[in-house]
Amino acid sequence: MIIHLTILLGFQLFGEVAARALSLTLPGPVIGMTALFLSCIAIPRLATYIMPTATVLLAHLSLLFVPAGVGVIGHLDKFGSDGLALGAAIIGSTVLAIVAGVLTFIGVRRLTGAP
Amino acid sequence: MTDFSEIWTYLAADPLLWLTLTLAAYGLGDAAFRASGRKPIINPVLIAVALLAILLRLTDTSYATYFEGAKFVHFMLGPATVALAVPLYANLHHIKATALPMIAALFAGSLTAMLSAVGIGMALGLDRDLLLALLPKSATAPVALGVSEAIGGSPSLTAVLVITTGITGAIIATPLLNALGIKDWRARGFAVGVASHGIGTARAFQVNETAGAFSGIGMGLNAVLTALLAPLIAPWLLSLY
Repeated sequence: MIIHLTILLGFQLFGEVAARALSLTLPGPVIGMTALFLSCIAIPRLATYIMPTATVLLAHLSLLFVPAGVGVIGHLDKFGSDGLALGAAIIGSTVLAIVAGVLTFIGVRRLTGAP
Repeated sequence: MTDFSEIWTYLAADPLLWLTLTLAAYGLGDAAFRASGRKPIINPVLIAVALLAILLRLTDTSYATYFEGAKFVHFMLGPATVALAVPLYANLHHIKATALPMIAALFAGSLTAMLSAVGIGMALGLDRDLLLALLPKSATAPVALGVSEAIGGSPSLTAVLVITTGITGAIIATPLLNALGIKDWRARGFAVGVASHGIGTARAFQVNETAGAFSGIGMGLNAVLTALLAPLIAPWLLSLY
């Protein structure tokens, strides 16, 4: 468990350093995820090794968004009369983006004959 | 016997109280979700956020004080994002088989998310600053905030829109995709990750492991694409005003 966490934090640290050193717009954890993914391809045993801790962390992924979500509340009143329009833009665009994404995926999969 | 107000003074300033309450609020939200038969509308994040917001309002506690305790939970987002590499690797054979559908769906989902949000906002009369803050809202929070700042939006406003988008995606994805009759977990997960980042991904993992892995890929790829495209779309948007 401790070693697993150390590995995950190590890749995050690598990502944060790489993002700053190379002035990338990507967040450190996303770079760390990519680096760990490539490392797992190079060393398949690594994936099997950290699997238990990764599974536990991802099973409770929702919990980790709660503190940021509470921060939202302080901003709700400042929307005022724009609240409805913003809500409509968010709900409408999220529905349209999911539909566009999923139909394109299925369509191109059929066109290319992928399984 | 110590006066309760003295105990409260200690507790309110100590990280322990708000850390415990964050876990408890989420525990209640998760219990409600399970008791409902895992209905998507009973979203554990939304319930926990609402409970904690009410509690902060009632006890007159600032967000900064709350975050002193909650930051330990918030911090784990970083390693959890890194950990997404593991299900990604476990689905490597799926990824190789569906590289083209993924790339096409990424562009379709990402552009639709940005342009339709701005289009709807514009039609309903939102001003320029709000439209700029809306543009990157489907990307994962750290990317969206950075992009918002770079294109002249308000990062704190974007943070609110990002979280709201995530919760919206987590709630509507299952009924929407069922109504469309989509049974391919890879397509379902990927589209949700592109449109509603980590909160959508967390929801996808509750439904299906493969959907969760593909949602993670969608989130990661859309982080990159939004960072590249939003700065190109923003000047065009500004030229309309």
